[in-house]
Amino acid sequence: MRKLFLACLAATAFCSNMARAENTTLTIESWRTDDIAIWQDKIIPAFEKAHPGITVRFSPTAPTEYNAALNAKLDAGSAGDLITCRPFDASLALYDKQRLVSLNDLPGIDDFSPVAKAAWTTDDAKTTFCVPMASVIHGFIYNVDIFSELGLSAPKTNDEFFKLLEAIKADGRFVPMALGTVDQWEAATMGYQNIGPTYWKGEEGRLALVGGKEKLTDEGWAEPYRVLKRWSDFLGDGYKAQTYPDSQNLFTLGRAAIFPAGSWEIGLFSQQAQFKLGAFPPPVASAGDTCYISDHPDIGLGLNAASKNADAARTFLSWVATEEFATLYSNALPGFFALSKHPVKLDNALAKTFLSWRADCQSTIRSTYAILSRGTPNLENETWNASANVINGVETPEAAAKRLQDGLDSWYKPAK
Amino acid sequence: MSSAKFNRPPSTRWHILVFLTPTLLIYTALMVIPLASTLKQSLYNRVDDTLTFVGFSNFSKLLFDPIWATGFWNALSNNLVFFVIHMALQNPIGIALAALLANPKLRLARFYRTAIFVPTILSFVIVGFVWKLILSPLWGVAPSMLKAIGLGWLFAPWLGREDSALIALSLISVWQFVGMPMILIYAALLSIPDEVLEAAECDGIVGWSQFFKIKLPLILPTIGIASILTFVGNFNAFDLVYVSQGAQAGPNYSTDLLGTFLYRTFFGFQLQLGDTYMGATIASMMFLLILFGVCTYLFFVQRRLQRYQF
Repeated sequence: MRKLFLACLAATAFCSNMARAENTTLTIESWRTDDIAIWQDKIIPAFEKAHPGITVRFSPTAPTEYNAALNAKLDAGSAGDLITCRPFDASLALYDKQRLVSLNDLPGIDDFSPVAKAAWTTDDAKTTFCVPMASVIHGFIYNVDIFSELGLSAPKTNDEFFKLLEAIKADGRFVPMALGTVDQWEAATMGYQNIGPTYWKGEEGRLALVGGKEKLTDEGWAEPYRVLKRWSDFLGDGYKAQTYPDSQNLFTLGRAAIFPAGSWEIGLFSQQAQFKLGAFPPPVASAGDTCYISDHPDIGLGLNAASKNADAARTFLSWVATEEFATLYSNALPGFFALSKHPVKLDNALAKTFLSWRADCQSTIRSTYAILSRGTPNLENETWNASANVINGVETPEAAAKRLQDGLDSWYKPAK
Repeated sequence: MSSAKFNRPPSTRWHILVFLTPTLLIYTALMVIPLASTLKQSLYNRVDDTLTFVGFSNFSKLLFDPIWATGFWNALSNNLVFFVIHMALQNPIGIALAALLANPKLRLARFYRTAIFVPTILSFVIVGFVWKLILSPLWGVAPSMLKAIGLGWLFAPWLGREDSALIALSLISVWQFVGMPMILIYAALLSIPDEVLEAAECDGIVGWSQFFKIKLPLILPTIGIASILTFVGNFNAFDLVYVSQGAQAGPNYSTDLLGTFLYRTFFGFQLQLGDTYMGATIASMMFLLILFGVCTYLFFVQRRLQRYQF
């Protein structure tokens, strides 16, 4: 009996070893339940075709449960080989706990710019622990039909932008800009973080702020609030109680001319809008100035430190850094742009427009996401509140900037 | 036989223990232990990455440190406004409705009773969503209805304005919960014996004076219960604000109640990570406030209420 048992055990072990030698299965943990079809039908087959012997399984959990579920699985040792990384602190915490490994030596990791890697790099900028997968870009989406009906064209400078808004307002048939303040994040994300980089000079200003060399009360950080304040004249009636879905509907129904946007809207807007869509980047102060865009990393992919198939997983990760993946991914999810330096050919015209700005403008990430939102009061959340207040006219731009800086000073001591 | 029964030493009354145990166990596991550990947690905090007993310093931080105190006092005063509006409107309207329903001459009383009570059993999500739609400046029926009767200028984006959002939410909550005091008081009114009312009529006390002199004193204990339920409910309120204004309780924290403040602190929100220790401190403060309110009521009001036995 015992012999038989041992024989069985040996046979199973042998067989499974054989199988392993022939075929490795990689499991990807992710929160992108929406993308399951894209992974299974497009991305994974493409990888498996090029790399026989490795099977990939995409196993997403609901976005709201992802962080908790992932932590539990990592603690129990049952997490998949590849971990989809949230940007900034959530993933940094995983690396600090040695759940993720350094990917500095991964072939292909150098195809990403430092800005792209910033979301998954340690504070000393030495170690990168996730391969950047995709980012979202801010800008303005507009209704081309309304623009051509009114004989308008996309603005380049701030003056042109406000003249354009005046013209739409004077015509009176359309709401110049679809933005509401009741949800607050719209005002901060599509407002402040959208136009802001132009004033604080993108990465330069952001790093100076992190380093304590600039303050939120400085010109570059307070000026966007002054510009936002001027927006309030051009928003729809009752914008103070207008929610994010309200804004989306207002625009896709053709009642508003401009939508301060993030590129993630492209998929939905392309489906719903019955008119032609155009896009322009955040306007600059005077013609010929360098333009800056918020190109915010959103998804990365890391390697589970406890993975038994680390070699195969690394193969997959370096494939994620290739041009092939970039093209596949960016086209399957228009509006989510691969972050590598490879030139990517996109089919969606609107997504193409957004992507073209990377060549003309300087990229930066949202100023409040890295490092500055680790304490209480939380800079990101307070920025929501301040941006909505400024547009609502209940707080002056200067007072808002001062409040944010005071809040930041109360817990943040920049490294010297 | 009977003498034997009397002489027997008192037996251990096992049945008392048996009947109490399940409740005691469930109540301890689900209420007492979590409450005690919340209170305990509020006395601890992380100092230099180690869990340390900090005494009442969390509480003093919450009450005096400007970073926390502004949020806390704002939430507390909003909560008081929320409660005052409920007491000023929900309970008087509830009493009035109950008095009307108890009138035997009213037709379709059952229909009204049900119709007015239905919102109470609706989910907050539905109530919040429906009212948000009604009051929406873009597609809501409120602006067009006001326009139809020539009062279009009256409309404002109430939920989005700092000065009106909290009042609007309180009124929505009053609308939803007015059925509660109504049903309680209606039941109390029905239980007043006819003899009492007939005796009053013989003495010439009818109509309004009958209501104020006979019925109202008799339903006062029930009004007390309805008030205390309102108090506890209001100071635990969270859902309606969360559903209609989000966890940031906008605009500019003007609708922030203790419940939403607790939620943001304890679980974190957006990039704000959860702080379980300060969260527990806020939860303990809420518990103490409610305890204080209920005790005040029990000692100073409940004991003075006269009860009438029929």
